Amino acid sequence: MSSLPADMGDAAGVGASGTIGGEVDNTGNRPGRREPLVLGMDTFGEVTRTVCRVTEAKRPPMAWYIAFVISVGLVGLLGFCVLYLIFTGVGVWGLNNPVMWAFDITNFVFWIGIGHAGTLISAILFLFRQKWRTGINRFAEAMTIFAVMCAGIFPAIHVGRVWVVYWLFPIPNQMEMWPQFRSPLLWDVFAVSTYFTVSLLFWFAGMVPDLATLRDRATTKFRQFAYGVFALGWRGSNRHWHRYERAYLLLAALSTPLVLSVHSVVSFDFATSQLPGWHTTIFPPYFVAGAIFSGFAMVVTLAVPAREMFGLKNLITLRHLDNMNKVILVTGCMVGYAYGMEFFIAWYSGAIYEKFAFINRAFGQYWWAYWIMVSCNVITPQLFWFKAIRTSIPLMFVLSLVVNVGMWFERYVIIVTSLANDFLPSSWDMFIPTWVDIGTMIGAFGLFFTLFLLFCRFLPMIAMAEVKAVMPQADPHHGEHGHGEAASEEKGSHA
Amino acid sequence: MSRFLFPKWSNLLLPGLIAAGAVMPLYAVFFVAYGFSPKTLDAGYQPVQPVPFSHALHAGQLGMDCRYCHNTVEDASHAAVPPTQTCMNCHTQIRPESPKLVEVQESYRTGKPIEWIRIHKLGDYSYFNHAAHVNRGVGCVSCHGRIDQMEVVYQSQPLSMGWCLDCHRNPEPHLRPVSEVTNMAYQPEFELTDTEREGLLAKYDIHPSENCSTCHR
Repeated sequence: MSSLPADMGDAAGVGASGTIGGEVDNTGNRPGRREPLVLGMDTFGEVTRTVCRVTEAKRPPMAWYIAFVISVGLVGLLGFCVLYLIFTGVGVWGLNNPVMWAFDITNFVFWIGIGHAGTLISAILFLFRQKWRTGINRFAEAMTIFAVMCAGIFPAIHVGRVWVVYWLFPIPNQMEMWPQFRSPLLWDVFAVSTYFTVSLLFWFAGMVPDLATLRDRATTKFRQFAYGVFALGWRGSNRHWHRYERAYLLLAALSTPLVLSVHSVVSFDFATSQLPGWHTTIFPPYFVAGAIFSGFAMVVTLAVPAREMFGLKNLITLRHLDNMNKVILVTGCMVGYAYGMEFFIAWYSGAIYEKFAFINRAFGQYWWAYWIMVSCNVITPQLFWFKAIRTSIPLMFVLSLVVNVGMWFERYVIIVTSLANDFLPSSWDMFIPTWVDIGTMIGAFGLFFTLFLLFCRFLPMIAMAEVKAVMPQADPHHGEHGHGEAASEEKGSHA
Repeated sequence: MSRFLFPKWSNLLLPGLIAAGAVMPLYAVFFVAYGFSPKTLDAGYQPVQPVPFSHALHAGQLGMDCRYCHNTVEDASHAAVPPTQTCMNCHTQIRPESPKLVEVQESYRTGKPIEWIRIHKLGDYSYFNHAAHVNRGVGCVSCHGRIDQMEVVYQSQPLSMGWCLDCHRNPEPHLRPVSEVTNMAYQPEFELTDTEREGLLAKYDIHPSENCSTCHR
């Protein structure tokens, strides 16, 4: 243990032992010793400079431009497909009589699910005092908001007559009609709009101190004004910080139930119906686990290139990525359990329709979708048991993409296979997507990445103020030579 | 380095912003509820017709029955707009030289119909049957207003779904004997007692349905 005092040094990266694939390895979990979450930085100023450089650089990196051009092109595709749908009618999708929901609701559930990781990181991990969340929470929350925006498109356009989409809301109207309050589709409207509002407030409230930092560093009048307006006159006084911390805690408490409730309500869209394959009580927890699973995969998908592109490897470290991969592994196992339990109950319930629905899922006309789902969501994430894979940047990136694909297929399998073969064999049919279905799906990814790239370029991508608070320098006893150092040595060796 | 500060006067905006934030959602609801309603958007629609035909003169002063021109209402779902030939039944004799009838004469000669502008429009997705209503004692005036007093016809009722339902949910006050259907001045509330109106309900076997598929077939 003689090397400990040196290891405990500062956030300067000396605490980390060795490297993995050229990255500082701070993934260790030795008792009595906390691996640094911020590498290679001695002062708060360095954190500020590293994060602000992304928005203050004259030009973003070339890779940003390439990604942005592609994404905006896909937004154009989305716009075209949506307008074509609106002007022509929902018949341009491949929907048919038994399969009345397919790509639209698949995409909706997929995107809503993606958002859940952001809320889990920002709210639940905050309440559990998980310090590593500070490196990733800001852009995970941004991801939540953009994902919910993408999700919101699909229910809005799948109604057919888009111009009366406000009928979703219970507003007194000339028809003297109300939405069906007993329908989970209406609960969905409330759940998703609440989720979006709270997530946006949480994201913005957390960003105020960092926006003030950008305002104070701004060199042009326009930047001063723009960041100044959104910083809401933040001066960093004690009173400001006190109120900010209270507000943040309250918003975290408000968001925490949403992590569980929103996707539960989404699952009710299916679970409260009578359709075999949908009508199951496991759906709410199964959907929530799946949402967090897919959401964390998306955070990894975004974090890996973002830290590379903008030079944030010292703030989003291997430890952050390793932790997220562990969450993916755990939630992946939960999802696998749910898949297994669905089959077990289908057999154990003795309901022949239920049994048929599941055998048909695995071996019917959509067998390929089912097995893509199982291999992507259950089998592949098991690789994350190996630390070498959890800490390999290229491998985790590929695996996160695989999980994204798998979770998209999970929703597709649940929705389409159950609808295509219901109680009445004479009405069975097969869903085949049209180019508009596929274009809208790809276009939504374009919208998501466009918003994310704009966020990276213009807003503080990492919560600077919060990251600083988890650095050793934030400890009041930090740097107390002699007694303080000795005391922490003591602690270290006793632990 | 100078940094952006909110100027002092911006404090004055704060109460306004809070008030706007509180009131805007209410205003939006109000706006949709009343602004999007056919009561606001459609009632009172009064286009200029190609011929200055006066219902006030024909149906009012002259006392012509609605069914002389709109002759299909008792048998068909659609209330026919008469062909030019119907006008000429009389106007070959009465004021054939009137300048107001130039278009009508032209149409009669060429056989090209007059392009009347339709006022009472229902959505393509709503089914309405004139015969079903007219033969059960729902007066023309209930939906079309005092046509006999209109120089130029306008839409007097909203024709919204809620407005249809008002009557389907409670038809008695709007019923009259079938013989009085085209009588614009007939006011059932003065002419009939409650018992008589209930009698009409039974007599005409009226069970107004409120199912979606009654109108949206």
